[in-house]
Parts: sequence; structure tokens; C-alpha cells
Amino acid sequence: MTARIFAYIAHKNGVADDSAAELFAAAKKIDPAASPIAVVTGAGPELDAVCESLRASYAEVWKIANADLAYPNAELIRKALVKVIPTGSIVLVAHNHFGIDLSPGLSIKLNAAYVSDVVGIEGIDGTNLKVVRQEFGGQVSTHVHCDISSGAVINLRPGAFKPAETAPAGGVVVDRSADVGALTAGRRYLETVVAEVGDVDITKEAVLVSVGRGIQEQDNLPIAQELADALGAAVSCSRPVVDAKWLPKSRQVGSSGQTVKPKIYLACGISGSFQHLAGLKGSPFIVAINKNPKAPIFQVADVGIVADLLEFLPELTDKVREAKGAHAPR
Amino acid sequence: MEILVCARRVPDTSENEIQLNDAGNDIERDDLVYSINEADNYAVEEALQIVAKAGGNVTVATVGTDEDEEILRRELAMGANHGVLLSDDAFGGSDGKGIATILKGFAQKGKYDLILTGVQAEDGGAQVGGMLAALLDYPFASLVNSVEVVGGSKLKVGREIEGGNKEMNELDLPCVLSIQTGINEPRYVGMKGIRQAQSLEVPTYGAADLGVDTGSVGEVAAKVKRDDYFVPVAGKGAEILQGSHEEIADRLIELMKAKGGLQ
Repeated sequence: MTARIFAYIAHKNGVADDSAAELFAAAKKIDPAASPIAVVTGAGPELDAVCESLRASYAEVWKIANADLAYPNAELIRKALVKVIPTGSIVLVAHNHFGIDLSPGLSIKLNAAYVSDVVGIEGIDGTNLKVVRQEFGGQVSTHVHCDISSGAVINLRPGAFKPAETAPAGGVVVDRSADVGALTAGRRYLETVVAEVGDVDITKEAVLVSVGRGIQEQDNLPIAQELADALGAAVSCSRPVVDAKWLPKSRQVGSSGQTVKPKIYLACGISGSFQHLAGLKGSPFIVAINKNPKAPIFQVADVGIVADLLEFLPELTDKVREAKGAHAPR
Repeated sequence: MEILVCARRVPDTSENEIQLNDAGNDIERDDLVYSINEADNYAVEEALQIVAKAGGNVTVATVGTDEDEEILRRELAMGANHGVLLSDDAFGGSDGKGIATILKGFAQKGKYDLILTGVQAEDGGAQVGGMLAALLDYPFASLVNSVEVVGGSKLKVGREIEGGNKEMNELDLPCVLSIQTGINEPRYVGMKGIRQAQSLEVPTYGAADLGVDTGSVGEVAAKVKRDDYFVPVAGKGAEILQGSHEEIADRLIELMKAKGGLQ
């Protein structure tokens, strides 16, 4: 195995993304003997701080400093990477809003294979890299093989690869900036519009009654709200409910919504996609209520109830009111 | 503005439980309900809204077989001006790059100012849009949740990034965007409209029509191949509460009390 492995490391405010250690662990799964090279783009002292911190785990850190890369515009970063990464290399990228933007086009320009959202690596077999992906919201998995003879770009699901304890690498920072030069692209970053704060701040709630596609229609939302009221909780939701405009974006739990850390999370009619689960932190007690016994949410929940939430939630609400000493309605 | 939307027909996960077939080499496809990929439908709606303001035409293309034609007719019923099926025996087994190569062939037959795809298919890799853009050397943005036409040659485009924040970009036309679900409210398509669209012509183009080298697409060119399907060995998994709803509710309340969620 001679392909060099590169890990593109994103960063913010001078701190490397959590994926830095995960990409390193994944590189070792591809080839235990590999010494992956971290590639970092950006500008100014923040970039230097990130490169410095990565020296602890990566034996080699390639720094690409360029004023045009101060904001991570994937179109510009792709052009920079194509100039420095040798053909035939394996490039690892975190599969998030940035990796989705960067990697498909990068693979074309490097004439390399591309596999997205990889959750497991089985190893190399000849010129094939064998990996595991999921389809249909995690309901089924697939083994995929990828011909890496002309290189590969592999996007890795955040959180899927556990960082390993590594000996201090005492790595070197190699400045590749001069190989990149001036960059232009037909896409220019303007500004970031920060999410509006909603009427309820779900990030501060101890108990969340969270609804997904299983709520079926907007008119059923009061069923969840009544349970939340009885529990002294708030209603949050998964993406399909926001897509349907039934609840505002500020109520959405997930990688593209809010990160919440309740004590108790009632997932009602939520299948449990990884994007949704990525918004759950602090190991809450997860209760899954879903009529599909095969829903992936049951794999991560502490307690599962196989039931139609439209029937079960009102009954639970009555019981909660009783338990709290209030009169059950009617 | 001439807009091309690339769409796909996929098993509808809101209508189906996805299960493995007996051989374990595919999902069980008998009795599956198929529909247009959800994000692709948002992309068609966005295209229709753009041409309603800026003028122009919407063409929807899909790579597939005769069975996939139904989604084109659905999108024609929605208001698209043209639907085209890109179909050839040589296209079978294409990976993401193969699909992007076929779509490039079609895109270059016309003159499109804007090309839209859905951000991802249920069984896909969120890859074809970005690959197509790179093959055409067009600017690209993914996870797009707002589009505004600025003058005649630029777009102001919002991307969904972490924490519900939105990244605003300016893109030169022509460009490729992958559209995120929730960007708009796709219009309802009735059975009557779909029936009326049955009489519309949906041309089929093969590799020769598109000028696509059959060695660059399909099984022969695919570098990424699926070996099998499997259901991962579940971890510890949830403790499934059994009994009547009343018994389950009582037990659940005990558990929530123990976890400090019910004072």
C-alpha cells in the first residue's frame, strides 16, 4: 500500500474541528502503517495555531496560507488542494456541510473515486478499499468497494470513528502556500446569517417532547404540546416537521438545527437519522415511540415503545397529569 | 432563464419499510412504492418559482429506465416545460461520476443558465451535483435553502450550515446548485394533472444522442460498487416496554421520575 493518505482538517476560531482525531483514526483503519498528512487552509495567526495543535497527533501538517481562504469557501479550497495533493492519494474529509460542498468536485478534479458518508472501514484488498455505508436513513447498510488505483476522496461520517490514543507525533509543519498562488472562483462568500432565536429555547430544556414525520399532520401537534405541558417540557422536532413548515427552524434538533442536552428526550415518530442524533448531546435518557419496530431510533434509545404516537401520547398525557396530582380531563 | 433539474425516482421511505431480500444482495423491491426523490421535488418547485419571476423554461431530466418516466410526467404535471429520459443499456451500473457524466452530456446539448439537483437521494451520496459542476467547470453550492436572481448573470444563494445558520454566497451563472428540502413548499399535484401529462411527449436519449463515450459510464467505468446490503448487528438497543398502553405509560412515568424528568 503506497497511496499517501491526507486528512483535510477544518477549523474555526483557531481550533481544529473534532474530526481531526476521527480522520486520523480512519486513516489508521485504512492502513495501520500509514502516517497521514493533515492539510489545513486558512489565513493569519488562527491558521498557525491550528497547525501547531495538529503537530501533536499528525507527523506532517501541510499549511496553505492564503488571504482568499480566510473563509472556507469550498470552491477555492478545492482549487488549492488540486494544486498540492499528488494524484493517486487518498483524501479524507468529514461529511458535514463543508465536506458535502467540497468532496464530489474534488474527486473529479483529482480523477479519483469518491465515496460519501462512510461509517466503517474494512480495509484494503488489492486496489480496492472496502467501506460501509448506510442507506434509507440507516434502515439498511451496504458494503461498498472503491477502486483506489487512481486515488480516492472519502467522506467520513462525523462521530463514526472513535479517536484512538496516539503517541505524541512531534510533527512538522510544511508550508505549501507558495504552490497555491492566487485563487478565484465563480462563487464568493458574502456573510453568515445567524439563526433566529425562537419563542422557546429548546437548548435549555430538561425534557423535550420531540416529534418527527410520525406526527403525520400539523393538526396533530397539540397532542405533543399537551404532553409537553403536562411534563413541564417543550416541543422540539426533526427535520421533516420543519420542512413541512409545521414548526419553526428554531425547534429543530440536529446537525442543521439545534444541539440540545436534555435529561429526557421523548422521540415521537422520529426514525433517528444520524443528522438528527448529532443534535443530541449529554447522554439524555432517550424514549423512542415509533410504530415501526425496525426504526433505527430503537438502536440508540434507552427505552422503546412500539405504538402509534397518535394513540399513545394522549394516554401518556393523562397518566402524567394523574401522577402529578392534577385532575385528568373529563 | 433556462433551468435543468436532475431528478431521480426512489423508493419512498415514508411509504415503505425497507427490508433486505432473501439473497441479501439488494433491498426487497417487490411491492415498494416509488416516487420522485423528495429533495429533487423541492428542486423542481424552486425552478418553477424562479422562471415564474425571471421567465424561461424548466427541463427535468432523469437517468434511468422506462419505469422512471412516471416521475417526469409527475413533474410535467407540476408545471415543468420538458421532461427527458436519459436511458441506454450502457448506463446500467453507473456510479455517481457515471451519472454526472451522462447528465453533462445532456446539459451540453442545450444551453442552461442554471442546473439544479436535490441535495441527496435516500440511497445516494449527495454527490452528483458537485461532480456535474466540476465536469462542466461551473460554480457549485450545496445544501441550498434560498435562491435569489440578481440581475441577469448572478445568483444570491443561501446554504444551510451548522446550528441553523445560513451562509450567503454570490454565484456567477451558469452554475449548479444542490437544493435542500424545506427551501419552498412544493405545489400539490393532483391525479387529474398527472393523467393529462400522460399525453405529453417525453423523449429518450441514449449514449450516442448525448455524445457520451460508453466506456466512461456504466458498470465498466464505475470505480465505486455496492457489494451487498445488510442489517447491522444492533447494539444494546432499547428496552422495549411491553403490555397495554396503560401499563407502558405507568412504567414510563416511573422511569422518567427516576431520571429526574418528572417532579
